[in-house]
Amino acid sequence: MKKQGSWVLWGSATLGFLFLYLPIISLVIYSFNESKLVTVWGGWSLKWYGELFRNEQILNAAALSFKVAFISATLAVVLGTMAGFALQRMGKFKGKLIFSGWISAPLVMPEVITGLSLLLLFVALESLFGWPAGRGTLTIIIAHTTFCMAYVAVIVQSRLAGFDETLEEAAMDLGAKPSSLFFLVTLPLIMPAILAGWLLSFTMSLDDLVIASFVSGPGNSTLPMVIFSKVRLGVTPEVNALATLMILIVAVGVLVAMFQMRKRPQPE
Amino acid sequence: MTIAELSPEQQKDTNKAAAKNPLTAPAPDLWRDPNAKPFVVFDNVTKKFDDFTAVDNISLNIYRRELFCLLGGSGSGKSTLLRMLAGFEQPTSGRILIDGVDMAGIKPWNRPVNMMFQSYALFPHLSVEKNIAFGLKREGLADGDIKKRVANMLDMVQLGHLGKRKPHQLSGGQRQRVALARSLVKNPKLLLLDEPLGALDKKLREETQFELMNIQEETGVTFVVVTHDQEEAMTLATRIGVMNTGNIVQVGEPHDIYEYPNSAFVARFIGSVNLINGRIIEDEVDSVRVKSQDMDAPLYLNHGISCAPGQEVNVAIRPEKIMLSRELPEQTDNRCEGTIEDIAYMGSMSIFRIRLDSGKEIRVTQPNIARDMGARFTWNDRVHMYWDVDSAVVLTS
Amino acid sequence: MTQSTSHQEPAIGLARLAQLFSMLWQFIGLGRVNWGRLMVIAVPYFWLALFFFIPFVVVFKISLAESAIAVPPYSSLLDWDLEEAYLNIKINLGNYLFLWEDSFYLDAYLSSIKIAVISTLLTLVVGFPIAWLIARSEGTTRTVLLALVILPFWTSFLLRVYAWMALLKKSGPINDILMAVGLIDQPIQMLQTDFAVYIGIVYTYLPFMILPLYTALEKLDMTLVEAAADLGYRPVQSFFAVIVPLALPGIVAGCLLVFIPVVGEYVIPALLGGSDTLMIGRVLWDEFSINRDWPMASAVATVMLVLLVLPIMLVRNRADDQEGKA
Repeated sequence: MKKQGSWVLWGSATLGFLFLYLPIISLVIYSFNESKLVTVWGGWSLKWYGELFRNEQILNAAALSFKVAFISATLAVVLGTMAGFALQRMGKFKGKLIFSGWISAPLVMPEVITGLSLLLLFVALESLFGWPAGRGTLTIIIAHTTFCMAYVAVIVQSRLAGFDETLEEAAMDLGAKPSSLFFLVTLPLIMPAILAGWLLSFTMSLDDLVIASFVSGPGNSTLPMVIFSKVRLGVTPEVNALATLMILIVAVGVLVAMFQMRKRPQPE
Repeated sequence: MTIAELSPEQQKDTNKAAAKNPLTAPAPDLWRDPNAKPFVVFDNVTKKFDDFTAVDNISLNIYRRELFCLLGGSGSGKSTLLRMLAGFEQPTSGRILIDGVDMAGIKPWNRPVNMMFQSYALFPHLSVEKNIAFGLKREGLADGDIKKRVANMLDMVQLGHLGKRKPHQLSGGQRQRVALARSLVKNPKLLLLDEPLGALDKKLREETQFELMNIQEETGVTFVVVTHDQEEAMTLATRIGVMNTGNIVQVGEPHDIYEYPNSAFVARFIGSVNLINGRIIEDEVDSVRVKSQDMDAPLYLNHGISCAPGQEVNVAIRPEKIMLSRELPEQTDNRCEGTIEDIAYMGSMSIFRIRLDSGKEIRVTQPNIARDMGARFTWNDRVHMYWDVDSAVVLTS
Repeated sequence: MTQSTSHQEPAIGLARLAQLFSMLWQFIGLGRVNWGRLMVIAVPYFWLALFFFIPFVVVFKISLAESAIAVPPYSSLLDWDLEEAYLNIKINLGNYLFLWEDSFYLDAYLSSIKIAVISTLLTLVVGFPIAWLIARSEGTTRTVLLALVILPFWTSFLLRVYAWMALLKKSGPINDILMAVGLIDQPIQMLQTDFAVYIGIVYTYLPFMILPLYTALEKLDMTLVEAAADLGYRPVQSFFAVIVPLALPGIVAGCLLVFIPVVGEYVIPALLGGSDTLMIGRVLWDEFSINRDWPMASAVATVMLVLLVLPIMLVRNRADDQEGKA
């Protein structure tokens, strides 16, 4: 009976995994399709990859997206780490409850609300102070930093919570002053969390469509915005090629990261 | 001439010599010398956390080169005492002196004290070598010196081949030795050990106990050990301080604490004991006679106590000091009779639970000196128990 | 000696100055402030206040304005003239009244909740066996399975939705296969239906369900299930009597992680749903970008925040508290 149970389990789990991967696999296969009609198989070809690299709109959007993602992930890591520290290590301070609410709220906030509210803020700020002048790269970066820092803060905070505080006592006992403690012990130990937070922020920023659509100005289309406008009109083979490339990059990245993790197992 | 009789300068020299040639310098029993200068002094120290008093007005002297054990259950205040020595907690009132210096306001990183943590607190991101070198780097030593001292330390704890490993690649026993090496490498005046053997399994614990004692003798550093394990304290310590609810209830050498507990709490906490309740019926200078409801014969002990006649007392007698016999023993004191209710065969010895006619239960252990010892007595046998005049102790509290 | 003092003079001067400053600080009560600590708290605090909290105030304010053909396209609430010393506050509750009167908005809210509830349950049903399998496997198998779940999570959300567009099309592979097998004679319309929306939601949010479930199930002691079996529980019975209650924190966490973003989802209904797939996120977007009615969009957002997001956050905090206590 036990065997039967596990057979059912494996069966349903396999279906689940097929469900997860079939669309991606079909996407990859069709990206090599010669035919313009996505569903008609016209033989293997790299034609659409060529088209992709000649499409300036997509290339410009990709460049903008990577720039935005890089800057906002970095800012989010700095601000989020500070916030995580403030919540986990700074004891009580005025308004801590509100602060922790603000930190966790972006995690559950529908994107349309975040996008709309930030846009209205930028408009109001501009009419009051003349800053930010217009909307574009800067406003996207601010918006992405704001919602990414919440994720970083939560990751860093949980790492700090699981942190053996006797390690810091041990360092002090061995002669380390509190001022040098952070760089000697704390930072190296929360580094994995910070890296994870950076990577997560980077991909989330790269992936965001809704918020960026609200806060970007004309001529500042990010990659998801370009994809969305193309895809809305129907399936296009160039997007297949683009998707394949992005999946490839991510897959390689994740596999390398996991391999690294396995090589240097985390302490229990 | 003992070390205590030397001038301070000479003392220093002796210690240096001891550090250089440790085997020729056995630990001096400074605590037996009333004129000796204590190395660590707790002077009416109290520590309160909000309303909770963790340490309640403790005064205690610890001497140079001692291996002093603070023994107590959880919440007895032993760890708080240790953390105050390390500087992680400040006393609410009272003073702590180490080597004559008042430690008030001195931060942990400036104290001549190192600690071995219960969790070991090894830095998971650093290799074994770097963990040990961590404290030396703070001192600004040259790289070559650091290397040399780390290597010496690794050799001492027999981990010379594992220097490049990370803590999570080590076994529990190896981690314990890295933690010890890391806390010793700075040559602290005082080493604090928080449950040093707590995380090890029984067999390893026994081996490590002796290793720890050897290292203490070799280095000549004063050790203060916190433990809840009475066997560990008995083996390791030069002296034991038994703690209960923030107080030190008895301080003494292991032998004294075991043979002459000063209270029912200590007697029960260290080893197992039979406590027989009774009243003083005869109080001489060097002897005392107690009558108990539980047995016909009076209890006679050859040590005097200060008490009022007729006072209620407990007589403590250890199970291994009671002898068993089928025949009525010749002595008229210190004997009783009962029925064997239970026998637990432990290999090296057997434990008997014997019910007296009064209903009182007495526990007796007998070494199995011959192979058929176990068969000599069996369930429901009537047996006589008896013991010597110097076997039991009277406890007034 | 004199020479050396003259050399040290600037240093002493600086030291004096520093001393003076520190006295000054202490005098105004800042002497004990730990500047590092203050920075670490204040910088993210003010960032969030400015870019997270104040925006909601602005949204609320604009929801009380009137739509106008202007840049920006709304009226201002305050009119004042300092010389004539008058202040005119104009609050327009018309947007909220309209929300209440026009059943379109209410329908959109209800339909969003319905879609979110159904797809959350579907995700739970699909995700549970996978989470269970990962939690019960060991070593390399577990690592590989976990990686297989996480990998799609790192790929673009938009592209994953897009992949389903290709699959579900009338001329797509699913229709082709079904026709080839002979189950259907004509291609069926799957794209631009609620069915496609459910598929898309379950698909994109599956990792959010599996990961918390896995964390909860991994901690579950299998001897408890054995004990239940020993005490006479059939597998199905012990599933509901033992496993579900113990995995409840994970189930709740997973459901909330799926439910909340789905309620406000825009991309999936826009790409996979039909014109009749009503979801409030889409309504807000259209109100904003097509109708350019910013005050109305703000009113929709405010109601969504008050009626959907805040209650859920309260529930979540309570769940967190209880988990913390347990």
